Amino acid sequence: MGTLLFFLLGLLCVGSVLGMILSRNQAHNALLLVLSFASLGGLFGLLDAPFIAAVQIIIYAGAIMVLFIFVIMMVNLKEGIRPERKVWTIRLSAGLAVFLLIELGLAVKGTLASIRGEAGPAIGSPTELGRLLFTDYLYPFEITSILIIAALVGAIVLVKKKKDER
Amino acid sequence: MDILIIVIKIVCALVWFLTLTLYLTWLERKESAVIQDRIGANRANIFGLRLIGLFQPFADAIKMIFKEDFVPPFASKFLHTLAPFLSFFFVAVTIAAVPFGDRLEIGGRHINLQILDLNAGLLFILAMLSLGIYGIIISGWASRNRFTLLGSMRGAAQLISYEVALGLSLIGVIMVYPSLRLQSIVAFQGENLLGWIPKWGIFLQPFGFLVFFFAALAETKRVPFDLPEGESEIIGFFTEYGGLKWGLFMMTDFMEIIVVSCLVTTLFFGGWQVPWMSADGFHFPWGGTWLLPHGIVVLFQLLAFNLKVFFFCWLQILIRWTYPRFRYDQLMDLGWKVLIPLSLINIIGTGIVMGILK
Repeated sequence: MGTLLFFLLGLLCVGSVLGMILSRNQAHNALLLVLSFASLGGLFGLLDAPFIAAVQIIIYAGAIMVLFIFVIMMVNLKEGIRPERKVWTIRLSAGLAVFLLIELGLAVKGTLASIRGEAGPAIGSPTELGRLLFTDYLYPFEITSILIIAALVGAIVLVKKKKDER
Repeated sequence: MDILIIVIKIVCALVWFLTLTLYLTWLERKESAVIQDRIGANRANIFGLRLIGLFQPFADAIKMIFKEDFVPPFASKFLHTLAPFLSFFFVAVTIAAVPFGDRLEIGGRHINLQILDLNAGLLFILAMLSLGIYGIIISGWASRNRFTLLGSMRGAAQLISYEVALGLSLIGVIMVYPSLRLQSIVAFQGENLLGWIPKWGIFLQPFGFLVFFFAALAETKRVPFDLPEGESEIIGFFTEYGGLKWGLFMMTDFMEIIVVSCLVTTLFFGGWQVPWMSADGFHFPWGGTWLLPHGIVVLFQLLAFNLKVFFFCWLQILIRWTYPRFRYDQLMDLGWKVLIPLSLINIIGTGIVMGILK
């Protein structure tokens, strides 16, 4: 049952990402990306990490993608526009894709080599995650949050109207 | 046998959920009628038996089923059909994590009166509610109508804004009851404060409750917060729907009321806890005890849960029919400038009090 669900969710995830890349309609792209995030959440759930699954769905599928779709629907209501094709962009992206593939392969190889046996059941629990975030990974956590706040403040400053422009 | 128990639990919970949804439409008609000094729906009958309009929901359902299922020619057909089902599905699955009662013991078996006992059950419900936005966005967009698009834009903006306040208001609750498992949160509320006040969330987290209740009201998209629908101006994201598909949107609204009531009950009003009752009966603070058999105790718990949920459903309908709609800027001000700062202050205050009492 677990294996069957894993393959179903994995197929859904990969399939929706492929559909996202191949589809021309921006709104469909965004919705397919949501589907892939949701199935990724399901995969986390299968790995006995309901907390990470719920956070994945709340943050990515429930909040970030809603903002994306919000903007896409506001800006563009027509069928997708045909992208411009230039030879050098195709070559560059193909080269980058191969580079990324090699990098991913190396990362997967490194991770698979370092896994010994099964992870404990507590690894995805909110308690364990909170303890790790606020002890071992406190500095990365705080630095990331400062970075995000700086980005937020920057965005607000950039779009704010100046008083004399009104 | 275990699978059979799970199937029975799912069927019972869904039947409870849908029946309550049906009768909330009746309650809404009757309550609005009383508020507006009318009689309300009372003509639906079976062989002349009217029963103050109790058959009205069935008449409504039959009417909706036999209406034409129409998709506008300019709409994108697949998404237009998908949207109401998405909306309905995500609110319907939340019932899986709601704890209806404590363990029931039958013939040596312990049956947890909750379908899915997740250790992040609270987050599961929030996640599913947050995915419900897609029903609104897709329906508004796929209809290719300016008014529906306007409605879904407003809906998305409103739900995203209030979700922040909703999540932050629950942090205080999670701090006080150190768990995300709904059964543990309810079990913790069975204890007493100073010997006689039940340790319910409303007494430990009054500000948390206020923020949560307002944010949750906004999440149900009903009148004080019904900008996405706006019956009197834009008619909202479901303008291009008819028949049963529109009915699904309407049912989603009522089911959201029930889910919000279940959450408020579970987090702030003790869930299935009856004041001063533990697993073997009542232990009154003035010294008396009234011991009860196990079955009766479970029955009391189920009854207490239902009564609390009914009360909050009634309260939400009362609020819906007594307050006028917010303006859009007022809505955003309330969300971002009042509820979010209040919930942040609540988190800090809870932390300080917990640090002092430690």
